[in-house]
Parts: sequence; C-alpha cells; structure tokens
Amino acid sequence: MDAIRTESLTKHYSVGFWRPRPYLALDDLTMQVGQGEVFGFLGPNGAGKTTTLKLLLQLIFPTSGRAEILGKPIGDIGVKRRIGYLPEQPYFYDYLTAQELLEYFAALFGYAPAERRKRAAALLDEVGIGAERRLQLRKFSKGMLQRVGIAQALINDPEMVFLDEPMSGLDPLGRREIRHLILRLRERGCTVFFSSHLLADAEALCSRVAILVNGRLATTGSLSDILAFQARGWELVVGGLSDAVLEKARGLGHVTRVTRLGESRYALELPLTPPPERILADLLAQGAQLVSLNPLRDTLEDVFVRQVSAAPRPRGLEPA
Amino acid sequence: MRVVRHVAVNVFKESVRDKVLYNLVAFAVLLISTSYLLGQLTAGQDVKIIKDLGLASISIFGLLIAVFIGIGLVWKEVEKRSVYTLLSKPMRRGEFVLGKYCGLVLTLVINVAVMTVAFYAVLAYMERVATPGVRASWATPATDPAMLKAVVLIVIELMLVTGIALFFSTFSSPFLSAMLTAGLWVIGHFNDDLRNFGAVVKSPLAATVARGLYYVLPNFAAFDVKAQVVHGQAVPLGYVGLTSLYGITYLAFVLVGAVAVFSRRDFK
Repeated sequence: MDAIRTESLTKHYSVGFWRPRPYLALDDLTMQVGQGEVFGFLGPNGAGKTTTLKLLLQLIFPTSGRAEILGKPIGDIGVKRRIGYLPEQPYFYDYLTAQELLEYFAALFGYAPAERRKRAAALLDEVGIGAERRLQLRKFSKGMLQRVGIAQALINDPEMVFLDEPMSGLDPLGRREIRHLILRLRERGCTVFFSSHLLADAEALCSRVAILVNGRLATTGSLSDILAFQARGWELVVGGLSDAVLEKARGLGHVTRVTRLGESRYALELPLTPPPERILADLLAQGAQLVSLNPLRDTLEDVFVRQVSAAPRPRGLEPA
Repeated sequence: MRVVRHVAVNVFKESVRDKVLYNLVAFAVLLISTSYLLGQLTAGQDVKIIKDLGLASISIFGLLIAVFIGIGLVWKEVEKRSVYTLLSKPMRRGEFVLGKYCGLVLTLVINVAVMTVAFYAVLAYMERVATPGVRASWATPATDPAMLKAVVLIVIELMLVTGIALFFSTFSSPFLSAMLTAGLWVIGHFNDDLRNFGAVVKSPLAATVARGLYYVLPNFAAFDVKAQVVHGQAVPLGYVGLTSLYGITYLAFVLVGAVAVFSRRDFK
C-alpha cells in the first residue's frame, strides 16, 4: 500500500468576475509515495506544491482526478487520525500558550487530559520550546511559531506527516534541528512528505523527490536515479601523466577540462562519449596510473533549474 | 459531539482572553449609575424605567456581541489560515461550524445570565429602599419573575442572530456579513409591515412578493415582549414556548445552510 497515490489530480480555479477564465493550479498529477519514505515535493514558488497539499488534506476540492492517503480516499476522517500537517507560514490562536494549543489539538484526537499534557510537554521539548511554552503565542517569533507548528503536526504520533516549507522562518540552527527531527521520524517509520524550494534540504533528507513546474509534474523518482540519469560526463583522476600524452588526448577531444592536482597528477573531465573505458585504456597504455574514475552528476539544483527552464507553459490556461 | 465541545470551549476561552466579557462591567456601571440618577429625579416611575433600560441593554449588549463576534467567527479562521491546521485534525467541517457557533452562544448565555443577575440585584435593592407608598404605585413588583420570559426570548433571538451572522461569515467578509445581518435584524423587526403590504400597494405581484418575504425572513419582532412584561401585560408561557420553537427551527435551517456552504468551500 502506498502512503500517497494520486491519479490525474487536477485543480483549476476560475479567475475574474465579469469574464471568468480558468486558472491552472495543478494539472493531471499522477504519483505515488511509498510508506516510510522522506519524499521531497519541489518546485519554484507558485508551482502548485501548496495546492497539492491542500488537495490531499481536502482544504480544497479537486476539479478532477482522485487521490488516496494510506489506502483511503482523501477526506476520510479515519485517515486524519493517522496524519499530521504543518501549513506554510502557520498561524495559531495567539491567545493560547504553546502548551494550551497542543493540548487543544490533542483533545481533538480524543486523548485524556493527562495524556494531552504529557504529549504536549514531550513534543515541545523535542522541538526546543522551553519555558516559553507558558507564554501566549502572540509573543512568539516566526521561528518559534514554526517549531510549535511542527510539534502540533506530531501530536497524534502520526504515520505520515505533510510539511509545507518546514524550514521557512528558521535560522541555520533551527533548520539543522528540524532536519534531525525529520530523520528521527524516518527512523520511526513515519512517512514524511515535505514541500520545499530549498534543494539542499531535499538533497540531505529525501529518498525520493518530485519536481513540479507550472502545475505539472516535471519529474519524479529516487534522488540517485534522477541525478545518475543526469550524468553529464566523467571525472578521471590519473597519475604519471606526461604533458605530451595529455596534449594528445586534448587534441582528440577526449578531455574537456584539466585540473592539475600535483606533480604529473591530474583530474580530467571526460565527455560521455567515447566511453571512459576506451580513453582510460589509451592513457594507461601510455604510462598513466589510474587513481579514480567517477561519473560527473548534476546537483539537484542543476536538475531543478533545467526542469524549470524547459517546462512548457500550458496552453489555454494561465500559468499557475 | 466531543469535537464540537472542544471547539466551543476554545471559542469561549478566546472571548474571555480578548476581554469580550468586559462589556459586563459597562452594563453594571450603566445600570447602577442610571438607577442612582433616576432615584434622584423621579418617584414611582424609576423602577419601570430601570426595567425598560435593563432589558433593552441586555438585548443591545448581546446583539453587539452576537453580530460583531459572529461575523468574524469563521472568516477570521479562514483569513488567518488557522483553519488549515484545525481541519487537518479528525474533524468534519460541520463540527467546526457548530463548535464555533456553540462557543459564541455559550459566551452570550453567560453574558446574559450575569447581566440578568445584576439587573435583578439592582431592582431588588430599589424594592428594598422604596417606601410602601411608592411600591403600591408600581404596576408590577420590582423583581417580577415575568421579566425572565423576556430574557428567555432575548436569548433565543440572540441565538438566531448569531446563527445568521455565522452563516454570512462562512462566505463573505465581516463588513458585508455585518451589513446583511443588521439588515435582516432591522427588517425582521418590521416584518408585520411586509405581511400587510398588500393593503397599501395596488400591485398584486408586489403584495405577493412581500408576503413571501414575510414568511421567509426571520420575524424578530415576535421575540420582543419587553414592553409587555414591563407594563404588567400577560405573556402566556405557550407564546414563549411557540416563539422559542419558531426561533430554534429557523436557526436549524440557518445552521444547516452554514454547514452546507462551509463544507463545499475551497480555502485558496
């Protein structure tokens, strides 16, 4: 059973009062997220990430298509018992203290008062809210509210959490703490679906990602697959390479870039063709010694920028 | 019902922390100072005026709370996006709406109860200090329990006003909600004119439309028995019961409408 499965999930809005026009927010999204994964939902601002999250949580209703969470149709009240959600830039009742807010949310899950207090206290400890928990939330900074938001998303010990831009508003220390928290959730077997435009976080945390552009899924897959598929050449490190051999290889177009690492030791960038085995064999035959050979992969940022730039704008609809 | 209760208690907590109950102090000051001033100026009529003023104040203070908090109840949650977190919890949208409603009604009932106790306390004091001659001039005793009938109908009216404000709040801005709720309240107090519209216009179509509106719009005038109880006119319990039943039935339709609208709404 998938943690999330969407089939042709689509959301159009009507914009304009006198002449309503369709506005594409999400178009034909089909994807799966496995249980226990940390799944990164990436895309530039306005790509449709928050729209997808809202659809999955039934805060908005799809124009067409369907989706399931933990094997149940979205909106199933039983599913809500098993999930947690942190909205983007969350706002909570500012007349409550952090402890009261968490106890209130725990009450909605039907926990007894003693259990509510225990859970609220433990989670506030986990996200690093100390004595401030007795203050009304109107006195909290943005970063502290984000921590409270993460704590409330975990109040029911969920099987799956949806985090919309969880690092937003956090300082570097806070971001590191939340990264560790997400990794701890993964260790517990909790599926984490998080949207972000911070690729470093996705690269550090995710097993799989999806990139959304203009409301459409540009690519999805495991991080290693996406980046390996995007290999753009090879990096060969060799020793004992004479200048003459190096010049000859350059002349043949077998080397695109040379970095001198030390005495007759070089890092060479090779093109995808001819195959690196052939170039390596030539160099070895001329006295070079192999140190290492690695594929040159794009970073997630390279892939992201390429996908975003290449994505066509959907016809007949305004861009999301 | 558990979820509705928790949401309602939270609304009540918000009212308390946002100092909504401070209006009780204003009410007490108004009532006590007025009774003192009247005591200096009039003889015999002061109790009647205090009764008029007290019941009208209970109604107006309650109305202000019902409209001005009711119109923001749902709108504020959507605008500030706190509804996103809340609706991701195991809760139906209908439970959210009913919880919000019950919370405000709880605030109103406590308000009215405290104001009524203060009102009776002032009247009891006036009864105690009045001479037998003055007391004999009163149409009804100062602490006449019949005034509770008016209070009960004020509560039902406020429940209905709150429901209407909440209904508008599920899809429109606070300003528009306030205008629409206040508009309905005013029309509802002149509802009888709609029924008799046919007598003053020649157009049968206009008369029919007006008569249709009479049946559709809430008849708030029916809840107003303040003048009767103050002047000692009988208000049968059957009337109070039937009017309450009318108010609660109307309220049920309004709340069903609010739940239906809110349940279909996209939070963009």
